[in-house]
Amino acid sequence: MKLIFEKSRAGRRAARLPQPANLAPAPELPAGLRRADPPRLPELPENEIVRHFTELTTRNFGIDTGFYPLGSCTMKYNPRVNERVAALPGFRDLHPHQDEDASQGALELMHDLQEMLAEITALDAVSLQPAAGSQGELTGLMLMRAFFADRGEADWRRKVVVADTAHGTNPASVTMAGYELVKVETDPRGNIDLDDLRTKVDEETAGLMLTNPSTLGLFDEHIEEIARMFHEVGGLLYYDGANLNAVCGISRPGDMGFDIVHINLHKTFSQPHGGGGPGGGPIAVRRQLEPYLPVPAVARDGKRFRLDYDRPKSIGKVRAFTGPFGVFVRSYAFILAWGRELKTMSEDAVLNANYLLARLKGAYELPFDRLCMHEFVLSARGLKREHGITALDVAKRLMDYGFHPPTIYFPLIVPEALMIEPTETETKETLDAFADAMLAIAREAAEQPERLKEAPHGRPVQRLDEVKAARRAVVRYRFEEHPDLAAEPAAPAATEAPKGV
Amino acid sequence: MTYVSLTDADREEMLETIGVTSVDELFQDVPRGVRFDRALDLGNPLAEQEIVERLEALAARNTPAGEEISFLGAGVYDHYIPAIVDAILQRGEFLTAYTPYQPELSQGVLQALFEYQTVICELTGMDVSNASGYDGTTVAADACYIAKHATGRTKVVLAESLNPQVRQVVRTYAPGFGLEVVDVLHRDGITDPDELRAAAEGAACVIFQQPNFFGCLEQAPDLAAAANDAGALAVAHVDPISLGVLEAPGAYGCAIAIGEGQGAGNPLSFGGPHYGFLAAREEFTRRMPGRIVGETTDVAGERGYVLTLQTREQHIRREKATSNITTNQTLLALGGLINLCWLGPQGLRELGETCMALAEHAKDRLGVPLVFPGRTTFKEFAIRVGRPAQDVMREARKQGIHPGYPLGRDYEGLDDALLVALTERRTLGDIDALAEVLSA
Repeated sequence: MKLIFEKSRAGRRAARLPQPANLAPAPELPAGLRRADPPRLPELPENEIVRHFTELTTRNFGIDTGFYPLGSCTMKYNPRVNERVAALPGFRDLHPHQDEDASQGALELMHDLQEMLAEITALDAVSLQPAAGSQGELTGLMLMRAFFADRGEADWRRKVVVADTAHGTNPASVTMAGYELVKVETDPRGNIDLDDLRTKVDEETAGLMLTNPSTLGLFDEHIEEIARMFHEVGGLLYYDGANLNAVCGISRPGDMGFDIVHINLHKTFSQPHGGGGPGGGPIAVRRQLEPYLPVPAVARDGKRFRLDYDRPKSIGKVRAFTGPFGVFVRSYAFILAWGRELKTMSEDAVLNANYLLARLKGAYELPFDRLCMHEFVLSARGLKREHGITALDVAKRLMDYGFHPPTIYFPLIVPEALMIEPTETETKETLDAFADAMLAIAREAAEQPERLKEAPHGRPVQRLDEVKAARRAVVRYRFEEHPDLAAEPAAPAATEAPKGV
Repeated sequence: MTYVSLTDADREEMLETIGVTSVDELFQDVPRGVRFDRALDLGNPLAEQEIVERLEALAARNTPAGEEISFLGAGVYDHYIPAIVDAILQRGEFLTAYTPYQPELSQGVLQALFEYQTVICELTGMDVSNASGYDGTTVAADACYIAKHATGRTKVVLAESLNPQVRQVVRTYAPGFGLEVVDVLHRDGITDPDELRAAAEGAACVIFQQPNFFGCLEQAPDLAAAANDAGALAVAHVDPISLGVLEAPGAYGCAIAIGEGQGAGNPLSFGGPHYGFLAAREEFTRRMPGRIVGETTDVAGERGYVLTLQTREQHIRREKATSNITTNQTLLALGGLINLCWLGPQGLRELGETCMALAEHAKDRLGVPLVFPGRTTFKEFAIRVGRPAQDVMREARKQGIHPGYPLGRDYEGLDDALLVALTERRTLGDIDALAEVLSA
């Protein structure tokens, strides 16, 4: 398919702009500040722009297209009513610098959402500001630093403990926050290895970052002891909320002993993932950490809502304004729809995952043989050993059956990992169709492995050469100088990098 | 509204297959001591129409841009968004997909992001763009992180005329990055290149804004040269809507160009979600934060697109990654791409010229003193209203006019100043109306 630049013809255009009568033209800008060469934006009539992007949508797969069990990403149905309410002019066209008395509805919505998230997490105070989960993590670590600095402990509390099953964002956030990373191992049951942990927690520890249930889809059975261990040395516990969809109304992070939590609004609370974003990563904290939350806070005085900038101990701002407001509207609407029955959401998510697990564990290896929470991790290690079929091959073949593949090659501690998260919004029929496909693929691996190696079939492209892409780094269209990669030798290869999460 | 997809009969069958007798049994690994034993206090579940009614009631308590004549800007702008943007972004294949990890099912988003990266590079005169950052503030912190590692230096210099929220965010990130932040004061609304040069000695980077927060045009080529003289990376924070008429940062020696994309394709939405863009010269490609889409070929030699240069990223490099960013702002960036394709090069230039012409007209027509007289401006300028700006705002808003942003919130000595923004959505009549309330 052509790039939009390759469809451009000089002189074509879509936009007509208002031309106010009696408006004197803008004065000439001084040379040096004035644009010399115009940007080469494409020139097309509107009809052709619409067709171009419509054709692109036909080459994409979303939840609306089909089952999308991408582990740890919580690809649940995104209700359309949430799009309708986010587009209400009172929200969509509201300027963030609008005066408080003219944005009371928006402030009330945010305040309400904060209270809902406090209830769901069993914590005391919430900031909606972080733009995504990973920014929530970084914000949480900044709060730790501010908290310990205030107590004069920041100089020696330098270490943050992270499980080896953690999302890559956890260690990356630790570095960006200026902390030292300490990795802790997983025990044979899939919990944190307590013996390993004991050797790594001391008075130099600032805290722990943990996803619970973990990326293995397993609830840590020792969470109370872990929390005690950190609190005894004065450390703090950070909850990576990526897997919160498993435990809403069942076990709350604050009750588990966590002090800081981030919530992925685009996972648990159904903000559409938008092809990669936007997200929302609010953080909830215990009362003792509230003074350090980002400014402004959304505060309530009786019936009036206001933005409170007077927080002298605040870490500052982590993004503009009060956060991704449009995301808040959608997640708020989603929580209103469930109300006090939110627990059913998590129960069905866990039921769906366990049902799939029960149907699949005979055909794929299960590294940790336990009941799972909202997701589970299988390994294609056996298929690889016996038939040369990898997790990547299974993933590509699933496309032929009409499904989006699960997350693969993650978590890193499971070789040939297939991480499957069905979410609560799928019917039993969909789960059965997916399980049937996975079982068929396991059989095909033995009977016609080449069928898997060649997969996917009938998609706009076949397997792509990721090595060439990284080596050549053609990351923009170069017009007349654009290289012809097809003319260059290829050894099409996909890297065994995590694909998902 | 219900989002339950299982029937009780389904549940029974599924539990039997699993080999347990109740849903509760599935949670046997959750220790008793951390179980939650009551219902969440979240109210009754609402029907779809009740949700709409509740949110309509909340929305009605806000005054959006369409309900008053608004001259608010200060980093977020009421530019017109063509109908095709929403029409395309609401298609489920884009809206409900996630990061394109599986390229054979994601060529739509991947190609669109490749086109987005190209458009950002064209606007800024750079070689490489990522697939979006969170917003116009966080990309400034990202730029500092690139500069720190590229130069090995630990000081960053910010022009005081850079958007105050951008400066605040850089300051929030700086301790974790191990960076010291230094401000260079503005002189009558713009930054002095000699002062910037002195401050940039030993700095990793210098960030200035063009047009700056006051709407004034900096002597951007001189500022970039001052940074380069000191061996610091020159980083320009730019407004995409200005780049049809203003020179591209890449053309005057900047290493990195960043900005808030909102004005091109995103609604105001009370501050987000929007997209930040970050583009750089080729030598910084492998230090870029976030997703980058690259071109390649498939086994049959067909052109296709994949996420590339992933060894920079958190899911591979973990604690040594160039950033922790994962979820980004793809859908908003695609809105930007569609809007900019709709404008085309002529439309973008005309849009910039119209905003500038309206601002020039308003400066004359309002009949109030400018805070920085004689400065060349783009679509915003600062006025003195001769009394507390908040009083003027209150009175103007009673007449259905929002006169602008009170600069005293961020700058000392400007309690009587308003920053007035002119987009193509304002008319000469709107300007007359503002002139009238200001003269009252």
